[in-house]
Amino acid sequence: MADNINEIRQQHWKKTRNLTIGVLIVWFIFAFLLPWNAASLNSMSFIGFPLGYYFCVQGSLIVFVALIFLQNKMQDKIDDEAGLSGE
Amino acid sequence: MKGSFIDNLGRVYGMYTGGFLVFVLLMALLEQMGVGADTIGILFVAFTIAIYALIGWLSRTMQVDAYYVAGREVPAVYNGMATAADWMSGASFVALAGGIYFGGYGYLGFIIGWTGGYVLVNSLMAPYLRKFGCYTVPDFIGTRYGGNLARFCAVVVLVLASFTYVTAQINASGTIAARALHIPFEAGVWFGLLGILLCSMLGGMRAVTWTQVAQYIVLIIAYLVPVFWMSNKQGFGLIPHFTYGDAVQRIQELEPLIGLGTAAIDKPPFGGVGILSTPHFAPGGGMDSWKFATLAACMMMGTASLPHILMRYFTTPSVRDARRSVAWSLLFIFLLYFTAPALATLTKLQLIDPNLATSIIGRSFEEVQNLAWVKNWSSVNMLYIVDSNKDGLLQLNEFFMRADIVVLATPEIAGLPYVISGLVAAGGMAAAMSTADGLLLAIANALSHDLYYKIIDPKAETRKRLIVARVLLIGIGAAGAAVASMRLTGILGAVAWAFDFAMSGLFFPLVLGIWWKRANRAGAIAGMVVGLGAGTLYLYMVRWGGMEPWMGIDHLRFGIIGASASLIAMVVVTLMTPEPDAETQAMVDEVRVPSGDAILGKEH
Repeated sequence: MADNINEIRQQHWKKTRNLTIGVLIVWFIFAFLLPWNAASLNSMSFIGFPLGYYFCVQGSLIVFVALIFLQNKMQDKIDDEAGLSGE
Repeated sequence: MKGSFIDNLGRVYGMYTGGFLVFVLLMALLEQMGVGADTIGILFVAFTIAIYALIGWLSRTMQVDAYYVAGREVPAVYNGMATAADWMSGASFVALAGGIYFGGYGYLGFIIGWTGGYVLVNSLMAPYLRKFGCYTVPDFIGTRYGGNLARFCAVVVLVLASFTYVTAQINASGTIAARALHIPFEAGVWFGLLGILLCSMLGGMRAVTWTQVAQYIVLIIAYLVPVFWMSNKQGFGLIPHFTYGDAVQRIQELEPLIGLGTAAIDKPPFGGVGILSTPHFAPGGGMDSWKFATLAACMMMGTASLPHILMRYFTTPSVRDARRSVAWSLLFIFLLYFTAPALATLTKLQLIDPNLATSIIGRSFEEVQNLAWVKNWSSVNMLYIVDSNKDGLLQLNEFFMRADIVVLATPEIAGLPYVISGLVAAGGMAAAMSTADGLLLAIANALSHDLYYKIIDPKAETRKRLIVARVLLIGIGAAGAAVASMRLTGILGAVAWAFDFAMSGLFFPLVLGIWWKRANRAGAIAGMVVGLGAGTLYLYMVRWGGMEPWMGIDHLRFGIIGASASLIAMVVVTLMTPEPDAETQAMVDEVRVPSGDAILGKEH
């Protein structure tokens, strides 16, 4: 029984870690990569904004908010499947 | 009664919001009836502070877990609002839009940093710290790594980072109180402190939580209403956020025509004001991108290490609620942060577009000089115009202003009634007070719980602990106000420094404490000491020692140096010393599981 619980916990942590890594990759793209290349993105436009500017003032921010809500939804699922939701 | 308060939160704060709106309408009515602008300003500030103080008094407590973590019963959405108020300082409220107005691309690193940081909080910190069940951030460090020295180092970093920040907040609340109540700045500082202490002293975290929710509601209404109103008046639609792209392009067209980048000829007779010389958005790649990225990185890692933010997530009922409340926090913060660039853009266009009636650049100097808002703000040294080339017209390099004006004077520039300016003052006050409260409580709690109770007198009884906590709160508040009233904040109070201090000393010891089982006490102590030491030394050398910054890492970004040193020191020292005992490793495993009891007891 004890081994089984350990097994479940290890699986749970592995999934949690992978989700976290995925989230941080998306975060890195919108926090660093896009603003870094704002100058070249500016040649395109989005709903009337120069695209590079748009990401710095709005686009990346919206992605951050959505990303956290999505991450929590997926993490809840991981917790529930492992029976470790705590609720 | 207590349970029923939590159950009725929606109704309580709904009534509160309605009541506040009725108050605003009442003020508008008084203005129509000819009551003076001064009286309305006083009523706005006095009324809102009285409400916060009332909430603070109603939330008084003598229970340890209510005092330190609001009894761990704050629902996610409300904790999100409280965190948003805790987070958005007087600087965010008053100076953010002005910073964007003046700073262009380079400044937007703050916007990305102060929002993206929450992804780190949610991914790396909040749920695990909540599971741990600590009262304060040093409580985590002290228990995870063991030993009083590690705990003490964390207290030092916390106090340094938070105290740097709190003087700036007390200063801001003093400035606003002084202007609204027509009292001297020094008196305003102490008045502001009194309001801040009324909110926190009797009820600790519980009182701060419920006042911060009330303060969030005031500050977000105060920020959004003028922008919506102005946008309607100027024809950008009800909500300008998605339609101001044209305004950005128009500014970019106008910039070369109005001589942007021409240096000023005259020097204004007082400091703090400047001309617009940076393009609205012109990233140059290379060094510009690097500076953007380093600034954003400092603000993000600082966000994830600032104790007054992290401790808000200790107040939720469960780990899942802690995560949920991070999401709500960022949503509530986002509402202000994505409005600020819209406000900066619309204000700039109003001033420089010759097709708009409100424009002043290129107009006759005499005409501009006689505008009511120009007169008002010139008289308080926040604006200065001079006809340097004597051509009778106002050029861009002849118009000096303080960044704060973008928020404070926009209602006047757009010709909105005074009641809106009173609302903005109340919002700025709410923002400064709520952040100051969170910071003061973080410092006082760390000193009373970690230094006094855990290190000095572990046998102290509850009553004595809570009295010590309150005495410390008053003492630290008074020290903060004393520093603020010396007006040193220009030198000491750069808000960005608080983030750099926090990330230098705490980021890696916190993250690796959860994510690296091998991390041990010696490593954590080395990480905190070396990180804080290297960061502070670099700050000193760059700011006062006359050193050339390495690769553009200036005094705003010294956390890059501090955190790198901290990481290296922590990893090297950890690997050179034995791994932590089995009990500690099991504790780390337990922290990673969202269910089950917290590591530390309910009252400890």
